[in-house]
Amino acid sequence: MAQRALSETRTAEDQAFARSLAARHFRGAVWERFFQAAIVIGIVALLALMFNTVNRIVGLVAVQEAIHPSEISDVPLEQLSAEQLAAILTERLPSGGRVLVRDGLLGGADYYNANNTLTMGQFLPDVTLPESVASKKLSELQPEDTQALFVAAMDKNTLLDEVYDQVVGRDVVGSWPLTASLFNRADIEAEIAADHPNATLQWNSWLDLQFLVDSMSNTPADTGIRTAFLGTIWVLLLTLLVSFPLGVGTALYLEEYSSGNNWLERFIETNIRNLAGVPSIIYGLLGLAIFVRTLESITQGRTVISAALTMALLILPVIIINAQEALRAVPPSIREASFGLGATKWQTIWNQVLPAAMPGILTGTILGMSRAIGETAPLIIIGAATFIVKDPNSPVSKFTVIPIQIYNWAKQPGGQYQDIAAAGIVLLLIVLLLFNATAIILRQRFRRSLSA
Amino acid sequence: MQSELQIGRKSEVIAKALVNDADGSPRIEKRARLFDDFIRYVLLFCGIVSIFTTLGIVVVLGRESLLLFSTLDAQGQPVVTLGEFFFSTSWQPAGLKFGILPLLESTLMTSFVAMLVALPLGLGAAIYLSEYASPRVRGSLKPILEILAGIPTVVYGYFAVTFMTPLLQGVFGRDTVQFYNTASAGLVMGIMILPTIASMSEDALSAVPRNLREASYGLSATKFETISKVILPAALSGIVAAAIVGISRAVGETMIVALAAGAGPNWTMPPNFFVAAETITGHIARISGGDLSYNSVDYDSLFALGFALFIFTLGLNLLSRYITNRFREAYQ
Repeated sequence: MAQRALSETRTAEDQAFARSLAARHFRGAVWERFFQAAIVIGIVALLALMFNTVNRIVGLVAVQEAIHPSEISDVPLEQLSAEQLAAILTERLPSGGRVLVRDGLLGGADYYNANNTLTMGQFLPDVTLPESVASKKLSELQPEDTQALFVAAMDKNTLLDEVYDQVVGRDVVGSWPLTASLFNRADIEAEIAADHPNATLQWNSWLDLQFLVDSMSNTPADTGIRTAFLGTIWVLLLTLLVSFPLGVGTALYLEEYSSGNNWLERFIETNIRNLAGVPSIIYGLLGLAIFVRTLESITQGRTVISAALTMALLILPVIIINAQEALRAVPPSIREASFGLGATKWQTIWNQVLPAAMPGILTGTILGMSRAIGETAPLIIIGAATFIVKDPNSPVSKFTVIPIQIYNWAKQPGGQYQDIAAAGIVLLLIVLLLFNATAIILRQRFRRSLSA
Repeated sequence: MQSELQIGRKSEVIAKALVNDADGSPRIEKRARLFDDFIRYVLLFCGIVSIFTTLGIVVVLGRESLLLFSTLDAQGQPVVTLGEFFFSTSWQPAGLKFGILPLLESTLMTSFVAMLVALPLGLGAAIYLSEYASPRVRGSLKPILEILAGIPTVVYGYFAVTFMTPLLQGVFGRDTVQFYNTASAGLVMGIMILPTIASMSEDALSAVPRNLREASYGLSATKFETISKVILPAALSGIVAAAIVGISRAVGETMIVALAAGAGPNWTMPPNFFVAAETITGHIARISGGDLSYNSVDYDSLFALGFALFIFTLGLNLLSRYITNRFREAYQ
């Protein structure tokens, strides 16, 4: 009797337990789905970002021309020589191309603001001009002079762009991303027919060779990234030159010389960890005050070297922390063996420790550099030029870099600027990918050599 | 002739040195020691550069901020007092009004939205990677997070303007959502911070020793109960530290807000996430990008903003490290 009651309660308990167990498992399964969803959302965001960008670098554009190129020349314009293009410009433009000289070559109103009594030779010191042209002022230029000036100061691609812009009046009046171009063509055609009856639709890739080799232009369709690409290379090289020795030096001091219980050494260590967390925009303010203003006599203000020094300070903590880890991974036995052979501390470091740690140090340096490639905010603060056509050619050149161009384009209203920004982004991501691939290869070789 | 002579001399020196060395003469050893000391100081100098960087930041930001607070207006009154700087709700450099609140409000708004996205998703991703995913799945998922972490912020800014903003406008209507708004910037910033929180939290979770899990299973807890009642509490300090680092990154982030959040300080009460507003960083970027004259109140005000930002992020980072060190559960 009593036993039966006991077993009955037990069944009741068992049932309750079984029910709650099912509920507990269910709750666990729901949460597992949530955790899974979190990572899926991350992946989806990455895919959306990639798709959104790539979608814009190829697509239909609507091109409108004021006059047909065949009215200017019998052969296609692309086949004309630089001299012929310059002749067309001089002949077809109002006041013999002088306006183009003023706005395109001399920087527009700057010419008058500076001093309009200066000669061409004084204004364009980097261009080798015929003596007859170099000695003249803008107001004295004859049509044959502007023609010679165009040939001397512009390359053939620029001339061709100018002919299309100024003479043919070619204008991109609309652009569509790839998906719209493929699946919505009818709507696009209807829109074009309604708004721009003279325009023709054609396929266009915003990321092409022209984009890579052209310098900047006011029209998004003609603009290129060469100046910014070269600027990025200049800034990166100088950054590397400063931050690599300083970073590795600091890491060596902290790992090989520091005893770890000296206040100065502890302070350096803590300080580096803190610097790694300082927002990049603060480095920009530091660079603006120190390198651009205080050291203006050396750096010439807003130049490549100011940018590189600022970047070097910014990526220094990354390089130091990674180099420290690489040094720590070198087994002490290597040092002891070297000491045992009578080597001094520095001989040991230079001949044994550094070579062993080098792949790790390089990996960290590449990580730091890839941060420097994409970093935009500090360079905006120290004032990269927004519009320059001259390639940087020395540490004290004015400059711009790829991410700054992306920022400037993305800021502009209008679809074509978004397209050209997308082209810049794809280029930037490709450069970053190459850098990181190098880092991964180095890391793997490092692992292999350690295990061997 | 000359060079031959030199080579001859050099080898003589080396030979001598070797002989001396074998004799146990201290000569070359001393020279090497001197060189070693010299190198030591060169390396110490490298280390001190980083201290100078911090000093430079404090001195530069501090000095220009002091200049702002000591500038007098036409009536001989200070342009802005410390009280006005922190508690007035209007930031208009042209009208000599420097109240940080509107800028701070939008900074906190974008950071809030970002953390709303990044914290649950980052922590969720970390739990999935560390507790559920097989090593193979984890090996292929982690690089994706690393790619997300490596994308430059200007690219995220572009993503916010060209994708997130149109998406929000599509969902809530163009009348509600302005083209520039803090929600779009915050959401994308959340995606940007997600990998940071995920990887820091994952480190904290995988540092929890196996025997804690096994003990929990032994008491017949389910997997989720083990995670929520045993592992998360044990890893809490690391997770909190990750969240704080995330906040600090959100507060200091510039490019996304410069592109997507809008220009012009805007004090809205109650906060409206769908209207344009300028954050501290966005304001610094916009003003310094133009032709800023060096000895102006505008210029000084940027450094005052920078100083506030520096102190704020430094405080957060120090707090994060304090929590990690102080509350770390030491096992074994």
